[in-house]
Amino acid sequence: MTAFRQTDVVVVGSGFGGAIPAYHLAAGGASVTVLERGPWLAADEFEHDFKFGSSSTRVFEFTMGEGMNVLGGNCVGGGSVVYFAAMPRAPRFVFERQGSLGRRMWPTAVTRETLDPWYDRVAQALPITCSSWDDVTYSGGVFAAACDHAGRTANPVAAAIDTDLCTNCNWMMSGCKFDAKRSLLLNYLPAAVGHGARILPLHEVQRIERTTGGDFRVHYTVVDPVDYRVQVAAGVIEAKVVVVAAGAAATPVILQRSEEQLGAMPAAVGRYFSGNGERLNTAVLNEDRVREVLGLDRGDGLAYAANQIGRGPSAASWDRLDGSLPEFSRYSLEQLYFPPGFGTILAQAPDAVGPTWFGPDKKEILRRWQSWLTIFIMSEDDNEGVFGPPPLTGNADRISMQMLSRGNLRYEPTANTRHGWALADADIRDILERDGLARVMPWTNDVIGAYTVHPLASCRMGDDPATSALNDMNELREHPGIFVTDGSAVPGALTVNPAFTIAALAERAVPGIVRAARARGVDVRYLGSLPPAARAGRPVVVPSV
Amino acid sequence: MDTTLTTDQVLTLEAFADTIIPGEKRGPEDRAIAGAATGGGAVASGAIELMLSPEGGLADTLDDLADGLNEHARDYAARVGLTPEPAVTPFVALAFADRIALARELLSPGHPEQELWVALAMFSAMAWDTGAHMHTTEALAAGHPGLTAMGFMPPDPDGAWRFPRFSYGRPLAAIHPRTTPRGDPE
Ligand SMILES: Cc1cc2nc3c(=O)[nH]c(=O)nc-3n(C[C@H](O)[C@H](O)[C@H](O)COP(=O)(O)OP(=O)(O)OC[C@H]3O[C@@H](n4cnc5c(N)ncnc54)[C@H](O)[C@@H]3O)c2cc1C
Repeated sequence: MTAFRQTDVVVVGSGFGGAIPAYHLAAGGASVTVLERGPWLAADEFEHDFKFGSSSTRVFEFTMGEGMNVLGGNCVGGGSVVYFAAMPRAPRFVFERQGSLGRRMWPTAVTRETLDPWYDRVAQALPITCSSWDDVTYSGGVFAAACDHAGRTANPVAAAIDTDLCTNCNWMMSGCKFDAKRSLLLNYLPAAVGHGARILPLHEVQRIERTTGGDFRVHYTVVDPVDYRVQVAAGVIEAKVVVVAAGAAATPVILQRSEEQLGAMPAAVGRYFSGNGERLNTAVLNEDRVREVLGLDRGDGLAYAANQIGRGPSAASWDRLDGSLPEFSRYSLEQLYFPPGFGTILAQAPDAVGPTWFGPDKKEILRRWQSWLTIFIMSEDDNEGVFGPPPLTGNADRISMQMLSRGNLRYEPTANTRHGWALADADIRDILERDGLARVMPWTNDVIGAYTVHPLASCRMGDDPATSALNDMNELREHPGIFVTDGSAVPGALTVNPAFTIAALAERAVPGIVRAARARGVDVRYLGSLPPAARAGRPVVVPSV
Repeated sequence: MDTTLTTDQVLTLEAFADTIIPGEKRGPEDRAIAGAATGGGAVASGAIELMLSPEGGLADTLDDLADGLNEHARDYAARVGLTPEPAVTPFVALAFADRIALARELLSPGHPEQELWVALAMFSAMAWDTGAHMHTTEALAAGHPGLTAMGFMPPDPDGAWRFPRFSYGRPLAAIHPRTTPRGDPE
């Protein structure tokens, strides 16, 4: 049976790019329906458990491509539910980047200066706070001390975490059961619901078509709550405006599949994908040297041995975020925690006599897992990802009941990208192998290719129709009424964590979406309000507007 | 174990899992586990249970994977001039160094079946370092070999993890000169 509904605005996806317009449009008086392919979980359903079928597999999607694998959220709240909540603004030079185009890849209208007021709004809504050294975990601390020892600087990283509620459990990739992490489940989404928005979980959008009257029909399937491979129903919603925010690994695929009925897509749909120049290195620390060289002590006789303790990235090195350096040589280095499973498989054993990522030598470094320190590289890649023809449904063919799928993304790193990675790898080695502090190896790309948690730019905004799918207000070229507001709109790698920038761009896009909706007869206004910055864990009170 | 796999297929998959994260033999007669490392390896950590778990999505292909491993082992043995031993399956018959050599071939970029063997290797590794076929609290309580060897610290009595001490609590480096008052890069 096919359900049929009508609404003013359909929002596809409920991550940063979806939740923010959903809130503003609902607050302004539009009827809003959010279609989200993943389940809707609350704090008490987030488990500290690696077991298949627990929240750690339900809220995730790991999409394997050719040369690039994307890890993202698959639930109401999207990536905000699984993210580490490190929220730095992108440095000024990023907006001036040219990439391989040879001219500015961002729209002229967007600079750090013009984006700052929108960043400010997001900072207030989540909220995001500037961290101090007291907030820096042992892992961040040991990295900062090593940077200092190498004559470098290091910064505590701003985060959307209520540190009073945080227990440093390091399970944040499974969703935060203490509501300490400010995911979108605590601000924009409940506020949108408070204004009447409907959020439909387990609804996977397949394609969009246009009605003869110029409205849109959004086709979806409903997936089984346990086995996402099983489709239990299908339906259609009619809307005047569609906001596509399914994430940079899914948005272009929905648009490609819609091409047959909507007409040709701009050439940049499904091209220029960036993995934010991401790469990981694993350092195995020598505990004695940490004590002797860095003078660190946890107070209980241990120098470090704290890989398991903490909450994602807490310290970063920004020494190479220098706009005067040539492009493709700028990057940040950030301490990171990945849980076992995800965070161990591709780590290579230094000095291995046999294979590096499996076998006896790998087992030996795993025994020293508590002394691991993971360093994350965010560099300037070359937007080399391209999506092939869309699969039958969704953005990928699902392999397991949850979490694992195979998509059509191809990514072959260019010499530019590899140059940046090599510089950063060498830099990490210089910092962490100095005076015998650690042995460091980058993750191997030989096994599954590169890996990103920061997919970007697959449907990017810009001034040039030849190389951008969206205009500078996030509207899809040649398809008025369709907006893209997620990470796919970001033109390229950011050299820092992207969620704050995605959110700020989504805030910036809202007035334009409101104008377009009004022009299509929707009675909606842009109020410029923000969700109440409720302390996490308390019920969100939404003022009536 | 509720499985349609034959004993030989199970032993073959065990031998592969043991190549990824090796462990000690279960007894002197153990042929699947090569005994190339001390402590429990992937098999003792539940590799086969994890491969069979319905959530993993691999269960239906395991018989083909086991048979494929044996075919590759037969081919490998012929190439390097080993005499096949009829008592056990060709993969189990390989010495540990040969299992490693064959696994390296199968898992290398460019091998036409790389993706299949990488998936099997990942399940083997995950069995050891997450015990994802069982609840983590139960795995730890039962002395799960991998999590225990990694020193994975146990939860509070309510099954949730909390670390009240988490920071050295002092400045450890000069911050970058181009940092804004809000703590962002300029
Ligand atoms: C483990 C991890 C840690 C991270 N840590 C950080 C961090 O510390 N700081 C930071 O800045 N960023 C971090 N990120 C990245 C951040 O989560 C993403 O950049 C951000 O969430 C992207 O926002 P988005 O709106 O583009 O997409 P998403 O947040 O991914 O939202 C897209 C949503 O659309 C849904 N969807 C997909 N297809 C469909 C469909 N067909 N129909 C309906 N719904 C669909 C998805 O399920 C998802 O909920 C992390 C990511 C991961 C995975």
